Amino acid sequence: MGKKVLMKGNEAIAEAAIRAGCRLYFAYPITPQSELIEYMAKMMPKADGVFVQAESEVAAINMVYGAAGCGRRVMTSSSSPGISLKQEGISYIAGAQLPAVIVNVARGGPGLGDIQPAQGDYFQATRGGGHGDYYVICLAPNSVQEFADMASLAFDLADKYRNPVMILADGLLGQMMEPVEFKDALTPEEILEKEKQHWDWCCRPNEDEPNHHHHEINSLEIDPKELEKHVLRLGEKYDLIRENECRWENYNVNDDNELLCCAYGTASRIVKSAIDQLKEEGKNVGMVRPISVWPFPYQQVAAGVGPKVKRVVTFELNLGQMVEDVKLAINGKVPVEFMGKVGGLVFTPEDVKAEIEKYL
Amino acid sequence: MQVVATRPKSLTDLQFTYCPGCLHGVAHRLIAEVMDELDIRNETMGVAPVGCSVFAYKFFDCDMQEAAHGRAPAVATGMKRARPDMHVFTYQGDGDLAAIGTAEIIHAANRGEHITVFFVNNAIYGMTGGQMAPTSLPGMKTTTSPYGRDVDDIGYPIRVCELLDSLVAPFYIERVSLLSPAEIIKAKRAVKKALLYNKEERGFTFVEFVSTCPTNWGMDPMKARDWARENMLPFFKAQKFRDKGEE
Repeated sequence: MGKKVLMKGNEAIAEAAIRAGCRLYFAYPITPQSELIEYMAKMMPKADGVFVQAESEVAAINMVYGAAGCGRRVMTSSSSPGISLKQEGISYIAGAQLPAVIVNVARGGPGLGDIQPAQGDYFQATRGGGHGDYYVICLAPNSVQEFADMASLAFDLADKYRNPVMILADGLLGQMMEPVEFKDALTPEEILEKEKQHWDWCCRPNEDEPNHHHHEINSLEIDPKELEKHVLRLGEKYDLIRENECRWENYNVNDDNELLCCAYGTASRIVKSAIDQLKEEGKNVGMVRPISVWPFPYQQVAAGVGPKVKRVVTFELNLGQMVEDVKLAINGKVPVEFMGKVGGLVFTPEDVKAEIEKYL
Repeated sequence: MQVVATRPKSLTDLQFTYCPGCLHGVAHRLIAEVMDELDIRNETMGVAPVGCSVFAYKFFDCDMQEAAHGRAPAVATGMKRARPDMHVFTYQGDGDLAAIGTAEIIHAANRGEHITVFFVNNAIYGMTGGQMAPTSLPGMKTTTSPYGRDVDDIGYPIRVCELLDSLVAPFYIERVSLLSPAEIIKAKRAVKKALLYNKEERGFTFVEFVSTCPTNWGMDPMKARDWARENMLPFFKAQKFRDKGEE
């Protein structure tokens, strides 16, 4: 670990990705993630890495597909409208079971929306996002430090499950400066070791017979019986991920909670402030913060409902998306309420506090 | 006994899935023969398209990636950048390359990616059943231009070599035809040049094959070749557009 430095989230995730062994980055400019692509343009050549500004998000994600199919650590990033364009490629990456990392510094939508922080991409991020039956592992940080820490986690998960991993941040986390402490950078030897785990299936230098290989990177199975087998295998993998990779944080969760909140990312920071203020006034409110929004920590959210909790309130910067998962988690045990803010606007701790007080 | 002709090492022993009289098999074989002759099979990776040649990843006996429709040059860019020690080629049809993949081919060429693109132009969408392609000829009847391609309504066919020839970066651009043994021998020379330049890391190389589609044109293979000679070659002239290695 090094010393703490003050950095924007967009720069911190770029630096952390390079330290985590990412040596190929393909992307297209879009606000509010511009500092990320700019940092990569500046630093990748210094790390003996590849930076290509693609002609579109569609091209960028397909470059990621090609590099991932060669077993290399590769990343792209964008913001909501650009992530929509990448969905075709993400579906192919999931179908071909390639490891890749995608960062979404989300902004207001739908359509062109605006360039302020929003959480309107939750459904897209947690339900696959493109065509077909698949999921991306989706991690949602709520600080610049956590954003940066997720880089190595995302690459390791992508490698472990041969599946795309998305880091779902937003314009606030991308633009905000906070102190951040980076992990030590992987050495070239360590990166090679990580990449070698893919050598039995990826595109790489070949030999003559009898050691000749014919590796196909592909999501096409024209025979329905074969496609069925393939999709069922994907399903087994997703079950394994659900079992092993739920991540969450309990904040002030205890048996005396009068109410439980649920929020992720930027929204969870504001809810924390509100919970702290309420605590000073003698009111005991807890929060479960999903860190992996897929797989969603259903059991952990349900377990957060203490004996005195009469209500769960979900706070999101959208019209109410994660609240559907919260309702599935709570399964009718107590009523689930929702408060949202849209348009790229962010509620204040006072707004959240007032909402909570309605139910106390 | 002496073997005078055999399957190139760079092709697998799978039977091609192409229609009788289709020239994809010829194009595949030319590429595979050249891979053998240049001894690059073990350092070569290919990208298959979406279209009739979608299964090219099964036919070429090297590591292969199957790209989404039109995206092969972007996938190849990622592969080449990930493995600069290897040679990368794409194999694409006219719908794939000249319609949905227009942005990808132009920008890969414009970056001067060190890849080779093989472009098979038969003026029609084959696999989906004979729809109009960006290279369908004026007046040409297809299932989506049943009254003939109306150039006032939908425009003229795109000449891809000419388009790419307006860019600075490409190293080698040639259009060849596969309509007779003499033309096939000439085509092989172009394939060899493209893959040799690729092997030598000279830059972006591009070979277009003027081909046929007997099935969807509704002709027997010989008639299809005559039709292509009379109709396609006047519009898509077989010529070398660019050879920086000769300059």
